[in-house]
Amino acid sequence: MDVMTRVPVREQEPQVRAANFEEVCLGYNEEEAMAEAARCLNCKNAQCMKGCPVSIDIPGFIAQVKEGNFEEAYQIISRSSALPAVCGRVCPQENQCEGKCIRGIKGEAVSIGKLERFVADWAREHGIKPKKAEETNGHKVAVIGSGPAGLTCAGDLAKLGYEVTIFEALHEAGGVLVYGIPEFRLPKQKVVAAEVENVKALGVKIETNVVIGKSVTIDELMEQEGYEAVFIGSGAGLPRFMGIPGEQAMGVFSANEFLTRNNLMKAFLEDYDTPIKAGKKVIVVGGGNVAMDAARTAKRLGAEVHVVYRRGEEELPARKEEVHHAKEEGIIFDLLQNPTELLVDENGCVRGAKIIKMELGEPDESGRRSPVEIPGSEYEIEADTVIMSLGTSPNPLISSTTKGLDTNRRKCIVAEEANGATSKPGVFAGGDAVTGAATVILAMGAGKAAAKGIDEYLRTK
Amino acid sequence: MYPIVKKEKLADKIYLMDVKAPRVAQYCEPGQFVIVKMDEYGERIPLTICDYDREAGTITIVFQTVGASTERMVSLEAGDAFADFVGPLGCPSDLIGEDIETLKKKKIVFIAGGVGTAPVYPQVKWLHEHGVDCDVIMGSRNKELLILEDEMRAVATNLYVTTDDGSYGFHGTGTAQLQALWDDGVRYDHCVAIGPMIMMKFVCKLTKELGIHTIVSMNPIMVDGTGMCGACRLVVGDEVKFACVDGPEFDGHLVDFDQAMKRQQQYKTEEGRAMLKLQEGDTHHGGCGQCS
Repeated sequence: MDVMTRVPVREQEPQVRAANFEEVCLGYNEEEAMAEAARCLNCKNAQCMKGCPVSIDIPGFIAQVKEGNFEEAYQIISRSSALPAVCGRVCPQENQCEGKCIRGIKGEAVSIGKLERFVADWAREHGIKPKKAEETNGHKVAVIGSGPAGLTCAGDLAKLGYEVTIFEALHEAGGVLVYGIPEFRLPKQKVVAAEVENVKALGVKIETNVVIGKSVTIDELMEQEGYEAVFIGSGAGLPRFMGIPGEQAMGVFSANEFLTRNNLMKAFLEDYDTPIKAGKKVIVVGGGNVAMDAARTAKRLGAEVHVVYRRGEEELPARKEEVHHAKEEGIIFDLLQNPTELLVDENGCVRGAKIIKMELGEPDESGRRSPVEIPGSEYEIEADTVIMSLGTSPNPLISSTTKGLDTNRRKCIVAEEANGATSKPGVFAGGDAVTGAATVILAMGAGKAAAKGIDEYLRTK
Repeated sequence: MYPIVKKEKLADKIYLMDVKAPRVAQYCEPGQFVIVKMDEYGERIPLTICDYDREAGTITIVFQTVGASTERMVSLEAGDAFADFVGPLGCPSDLIGEDIETLKKKKIVFIAGGVGTAPVYPQVKWLHEHGVDCDVIMGSRNKELLILEDEMRAVATNLYVTTDDGSYGFHGTGTAQLQALWDDGVRYDHCVAIGPMIMMKFVCKLTKELGIHTIVSMNPIMVDGTGMCGACRLVVGDEVKFACVDGPEFDGHLVDFDQAMKRQQQYKTEEGRAMLKLQEGDTHHGGCGQCS
């Protein structure tokens, strides 16, 4: 075996998977995982750990995998991460742990994400749970939102002995893991529900159908329900639209709506009541991970799908693996193009889009070269569904109903990076509610930092 | 689970339920709504709050069967439970936030159409309890479809009942009744109209001519109801608003009703209709329970 290259991971064939919602990547088996683990150099000064927002002892768990001690490997990971089966699937490892791997200098980085996934899946299949705190310390903490930030914060606090209740606005726990990321990337029952159960096994209570700011406010939780600290991990919020003509037509969706109907409400399954309309030809506007999820979902619902993105291939914000998978499945990328108008038929349904071609100009404040319209390059494309995947702006439900909680000029909650502390004593925040739309693992990192911050706050109060 | 403590058939296809949901009942206000989901397979259905009992921890909902999902809901009886019941959602009625003395100086009229009577009721009741007078025009297609008449009569200063077919009360629409009152010299400076979109559109057309400030409660298709999906977006003035977090009440003279009505049809058209016919054997609706 060549130590410079990875043990390949088995996947469903593109033509097959483009017509089903089964998971794309099939993961390693025991032999494959041990062979891949053997490629790890077990560096003393492990660079990979520095790339991990939750600082998993990566060489430590990989060393155990190499020896076939999968349970020990799982306990090492769960010391740092509450959601390893999720992270192993959706983290942008190429920019984090794997991006720093010394193996990657001359050859291919160790497949850390796939190994993490293997360990978490193995533990689940063998009924192994993370270790619960011996006894509780009697202090109550409320966590708002059961997405990656909230689950991580709650899990860490429960391990320290806190009595934690998570309040979730939707009817199911998991946040973006259940409403946003599709089944074919992250199986809901097998993986997400199981990880949520693991967090519950640590003693965390989850109350669904509670919209903080509406059902009850943070001030009421603290003053009337006895919560001594609160962590806000309420997620990204309201979908953005372009503000171009035709956007209110039927057949125009936010990616959030399209994905929520499909993932949370399971519209793709016959026996569920919620409808979804993918049409025959779909345009997805945007180039992030959410755009890839929407495009690949529409493809599975039977449509021809075009991703229209105003910058070029290099600038696509989505993970390389997602773009690669999308292309394999037959998604068409119309790059350096942007819609200027959506065309609407006499019934009020979208029938297409007017698209203008772009070229890259000078770098903007984000450091990316900003796209500039090419005059006279407009053309029309037919479509019966348009999905806008342009990111989100913060939901004001919590910030507008909590006294003394500061937001910045982008309306995100202001919180200290090191410990999640906000302007309001006892209230901490992290994840997309603070940073705007980012990744699962960054939200988990913030949830972890806030758990530490809350513990320090309550111990010194 | 959220147990149903009472179920009552108010009229053909119109049902009332009291549901135990203490967290919702604790802080809800007139004008707000809830989302219910009957079981694992059900849709999230937005329904306005018709009444609430903070001590008993119950919420009263009224819904009309308009498609497969609401049809399925009728199978639930007292003693059964909703899997999910979330709220209160949306903003309370503007009237609730106003100074009582200011309210007392206003000449307020409510116009309720069909099942829209249900969300009008708690507002009128609230005003009545705070000593504020208001008139109510409530209408339906015919006498059999009238709901909550006695309840409304108990709290409205003057109640005007209308039926489209003249089988009871004033023969004509609520809009025509308002015009008739106006012609008789009755004056109002604040109107709240809740009912089918087409009815609200025509009320607004008239009140604009008459110069009566008018609030409407919009009931578009929703999924999450917390601002996340944008399905409920509508154009108010020149702005795109989300009914779930910015509404459901808006200045009726600024709402683009034609567009809102088209969006309401989202799942009634073309493939949507065909697909749903296949799945559900009937036309489909967002489930607001307010369309006749």
